[in-house]
Amino acid sequence: MAVYSEKVMDHFMNPRNVGEIDNPDGVGEVGNPVCGDMMTFHIKVKDDRLEDVKFKTFGCGAAIAVSSMVTEMAKGKTIEEAKKITPDLVAKELEGLPKQKMHCSNLGAQALNKAIDDYEARKAGETAALETKAGEQCCPFCDEEERQPFCQPCQVRAQKKEGL
Amino acid sequence: MRRVYLDHSATSPVLPEVREAMLPYLGDIFGNPSSMHDWGDPPREAIEKARKQVAGLIGASDPDEVIFTSSGTESNNFAVKGLAAGQQSKGKHIIISAIEHFSVMNSARSLEKAGFQLTIIPVDKNCLVNPEDVLNSIRPDTVLVSIMHANGEVGTVEPIQDISKITREKNILFHTDAVAACGTISVNVKDLGVDALSLAGNQFYGPKGSGALWVRRGVRIIPLLDGGIQEGGRRAGTEDVPAIVGLGKAAELAAPNIADRIQKLTPMRDKLLQELPRKIGHMIVTGHPEKRLPGLASFCVEFIEGESMLMMLNSQGVAVSSGSSCTSRALKASHVLIAMGLSHEIAQGSILFTAGIENSPEDTDYVLEVMPPIVQRLREMSPLYSKYIKAGKGGKQDGGL
Repeated sequence: MAVYSEKVMDHFMNPRNVGEIDNPDGVGEVGNPVCGDMMTFHIKVKDDRLEDVKFKTFGCGAAIAVSSMVTEMAKGKTIEEAKKITPDLVAKELEGLPKQKMHCSNLGAQALNKAIDDYEARKAGETAALETKAGEQCCPFCDEEERQPFCQPCQVRAQKKEGL
Repeated sequence: MRRVYLDHSATSPVLPEVREAMLPYLGDIFGNPSSMHDWGDPPREAIEKARKQVAGLIGASDPDEVIFTSSGTESNNFAVKGLAAGQQSKGKHIIISAIEHFSVMNSARSLEKAGFQLTIIPVDKNCLVNPEDVLNSIRPDTVLVSIMHANGEVGTVEPIQDISKITREKNILFHTDAVAACGTISVNVKDLGVDALSLAGNQFYGPKGSGALWVRRGVRIIPLLDGGIQEGGRRAGTEDVPAIVGLGKAAELAAPNIADRIQKLTPMRDKLLQELPRKIGHMIVTGHPEKRLPGLASFCVEFIEGESMLMMLNSQGVAVSSGSSCTSRALKASHVLIAMGLSHEIAQGSILFTAGIENSPEDTDYVLEVMPPIVQRLREMSPLYSKYIKAGKGGKQDGGL
């Protein structure tokens, strides 16, 4: 499997922090199964630090390795520090990702940020405002410029936009 | 660790007899088959021998109807573009199916851009083309039908004879892409009733870079390559003599052994088709239950994605394929699975085992041993699976997976 770096293979074969957290302080979900990658992140926050981070991922080897790496990078960091984790940083830590996987599989940082957003919203009393409804979420690979014909949620969203 | 190659739809290994037959043509016998002097004779004779061997594999009585190419892809390009171009004074409408290989599909799309009209007929949930759909799609200006013999992703064998009855009655050319079928099941151009047929050597233990297109005598085909008069003026360029010799040898070895090969591969396939879904819940068989290639077992596993399965199987020494979008460089789920009516979500869980003659029942037993824990591990990581379990749909019938 020479398409992936040793680090990616390590995180794929031995993923860290797989699972969910009971009574999490924040939950973030990105991607959708239609596009092939979907990630759910759970966080536990104590004294403004990420005490625990867990993930579940449906997707390719890169998507699983990215999720695992993000949990490792985020654990123990303050909220502000964790917000600075970007997809590029994650790819760098993994010693690179194949070009075609950079957009579709590198969603871990966004999933973490969504979980942090959820945590902050909950703190502000806006529970459930950020919950993702299945099927509505689009992968960032299908952005406005490069909409993928196979991605039905993107098509629906685009049609709605064009209709307005 | 045991190493098990179950990806014969990608390519088969080269048989030792094939390699031996090729070696002299990578050594002392280097002449150009078109040369007049003595150096040209042995390679020219070797090519003509290979032509007879390939004709023998597909039941063609006239070896000159066989044109050597560089691959199944070239054969399909040549057939679709060359036959359509040869007929365009009669009309500019062609018919293909939704499950064709990209070399047929994209050749047809190219013709569309060049002013042809294209009808793509659907398949049913088992990937079968309905001959009635071919009949109903025929127009006065239809000049070519191209439907594959057997699908290399789900193994379904198409009703070529029923379709050729229609095309002959309507006097329309019929090409079939038999790349996945040739050398694996019995393929006879007379019985099939087609006008052109593609095959590739690397699908039946010949070398990569070898292919052929059989075109019925008298059928007009416009060459893809302009140049010299090699291959009867139909395919210019100095012949790849070692590849052609290897293809010929592979055809010679296959022809009398098709029944034996089917007998060897079918039990391995059937064991996977029956046992894997029994051991693993929410795993569906794709393709036709009976009308399918003997070595091909294809599935979709729910809640997980094909590339991660492929990688985990690879780490256990098992080579397979997947039609998931993550596995394709184009990041698109297999058009074959989508054409069969499967959702994109289910198609992401595609996994394909294709056995060959060097495999043994121990190989498939090994897959039955390593596959369930892999699925379980990936499902434990899958948010889709945990959602499914939380929704209370998971019960004992899932066997804990």
